[in-house]
Amino acid sequence: MVEDARSNSDVERLRRHHRLMWRIRAFEEQALRGLDEKVVLGAIHPSIGQEAVAAGVCANLACEDILLSTHRGHGHTLAKGAEPLAMMRELLGREDGNCGGKGGSMHIADFSVGMLGANGVVAANIVIAAGAAHAVKLRQEARVVCCIFGDGAINRGPFLEGLNWAAVFRLPVLFVCEDNAFAATTRTAAMTGGEGPIVRARAFGIPGVEVDGNDVLAVESAVAELLGALRTGDGPRFLCARTYRLTGHTGADPATYRPKAEVEARWKEDPIARVAAHLRLAGVPETELAADAETGQAEMRRAYQQAVATPYPRAAHAYADVQDVGDPRAEAY
Amino acid sequence: MARLTYLDAGRVALAEEMRRDPTVWALGEDLGRGGVFGQYRGLTEEFGPDRICDAPISEACILGAAVGAAMMGTRPVVEMRFSDFALCAVDELVNQAAKARYMFGGQSRVPVVVREPVGMWRSSAAQHSQSLEAWYVHIPGLVVVCPSTPADNKGLLKSAVRCDDPVVYMEHKSLWPLEGEVPDDPDFMVPLGQARIVREGRDVTIVSWSQQVNIAAEAAAKLADAGISAELIDLRTLWPWDKPAVLASVRKTRRLIVTHEAVSVAGFGAEVAATVAERLHGDLRAPVRRLGAPRIPVSYAPTLEDEVRVTADGIAATAREMVGPG
Ligand SMILES: Cc1ncc(C[n+]2csc(CCOP(=O)(O)OP(=O)(O)O)c2C)c(N)n1
Ligand SMILES: [Mg+2]
Repeated sequence: MVEDARSNSDVERLRRHHRLMWRIRAFEEQALRGLDEKVVLGAIHPSIGQEAVAAGVCANLACEDILLSTHRGHGHTLAKGAEPLAMMRELLGREDGNCGGKGGSMHIADFSVGMLGANGVVAANIVIAAGAAHAVKLRQEARVVCCIFGDGAINRGPFLEGLNWAAVFRLPVLFVCEDNAFAATTRTAAMTGGEGPIVRARAFGIPGVEVDGNDVLAVESAVAELLGALRTGDGPRFLCARTYRLTGHTGADPATYRPKAEVEARWKEDPIARVAAHLRLAGVPETELAADAETGQAEMRRAYQQAVATPYPRAAHAYADVQDVGDPRAEAY
Repeated sequence: MARLTYLDAGRVALAEEMRRDPTVWALGEDLGRGGVFGQYRGLTEEFGPDRICDAPISEACILGAAVGAAMMGTRPVVEMRFSDFALCAVDELVNQAAKARYMFGGQSRVPVVVREPVGMWRSSAAQHSQSLEAWYVHIPGLVVVCPSTPADNKGLLKSAVRCDDPVVYMEHKSLWPLEGEVPDDPDFMVPLGQARIVREGRDVTIVSWSQQVNIAAEAAAKLADAGISAELIDLRTLWPWDKPAVLASVRKTRRLIVTHEAVSVAGFGAEVAATVAERLHGDLRAPVRRLGAPRIPVSYAPTLEDEVRVTADGIAATAREMVGPG
């Protein structure tokens, strides 16, 4: 964390992060309660403990910049500017969810804020991001593409193909490996040869840095620097943000494959608590810090209640948006 | 009209579409030197290396990148070199391209054309000879095109490029040198989903597509010599497929043979046969017949390779059996 968070602008910045990270935390805690109530329908992958990555990365992205995310994407999506109500509706499979109830948690996309989709297939977003950046370059647009993926994704082929592609064509894409030490129930290190993400990126000639992914300002400034290079047309960049998944892999996973003590120790590194500690040092009163949490929780409670009151899509909607040619509803095919 | 090969008809179609629409671009291995079969010859000179984009040997990334680039408002034409290699990009095609529009509730379209040269080509063996069209017809969201003539290769490729859905475009490698009359008109298009009646007839309907249409045409000629009048339908596109044309024809002839180069088991012929059986069962004068390859990989040695071919004689013999001595 920066040494001196007492300048007004730093405090402001930290405060914004604090609010956003609480909104993300509150969204997921609410979603987990919804899962317990069997109102959230499918699997959800909480990012509790990883909020600083979402906040620090997206603080550097404008609306027209493009983001691609993963199955663990609620935080990224909120940080990119999506509305929690539409997202909550999507998790509940309701009308007016981001995807009209067709996608659920693992397929949330909000093209209106440049969020081109979570993805149910590990590493698949990497090659799509390379293509989005390719189009940006072809069209000579000024925006950048950011692709977030997990530490498990670096062992799939599309990681190799996508990074090589981005390097060959010098594309404006920032790859962010959100390294939470686990891939489902497996410790990623046990299944990864060599020295990990950064070294692999460098092997393609892609400069990269590693940061403490639980330090939101460190993430923010690392990304600022990397995007600075990107925006001058200097080709792709890579960030490895080291963090830790404080909950199970999914909402239903008790995560018994790791010792309690390990998780308890990691809770002491909770990125929200770390921001709060700095704000406290800078003189922000406890009541205001609590208010940030409560405001986020109230917002997500409201979103949830509204989502619960929203109807499911009509069954006929299942036939919409399949394709233009050979539409399954058409008689004449 | 111009006399063009099937290969050049495709090349001309792409060039015309790229002139018409600056968002169309092509990507694939070796395109800068014209592509492995020469389908892209001369295009780099006209459109430059950004729009005729050389790619690393990264099929998953070629297709995945096309998906991302399509979501960002361009219209990529992907060259997969051999349909067999497109299997390295099945996730990108089946889980991503085909599903993005639906899964995201209509927020995006994925207007990509995936060119996948298919079929047997003398002694190319098991990994360079397959016809897997039925796989893709099974996937909601995809359009599947299998042109059999130079004119269709122009008109259908142009329709594919202008289509907002992902299109699997399967050119048959043994058709590259086939010559035919091709309209010059840059707006000449063949609509997706409209079959072509290759030859009219009364006694039996033969449904086919791709290179197998030419073999079926040979069979129909032999049958005509023997006094049997076969109606030959080239489906041209397998999704959507022209059910009305097939049903109308079988209503008339009351006999159906469906023949394709692909393995018969679970081939697209099964779908055509089942549809006709469901709709016209009582009208049929003979059981529907499917003629495809046995369920064995394609071999290298000609004697073995030929075992999977459905020949004109085989089709004609089947038709004669169905029509009977009467
Ligand atoms: C290609 C593929 N294989 C397996 C899975 C099942 N799966 C879902 S998430 C996951 C772990 C991914 O780990 P990582 O990339 O580190 O992301 P994290 O879950 O830690 O955020 C696995 C194996 C999948 N979704 N896609
Ligand atoms: Mg992980």
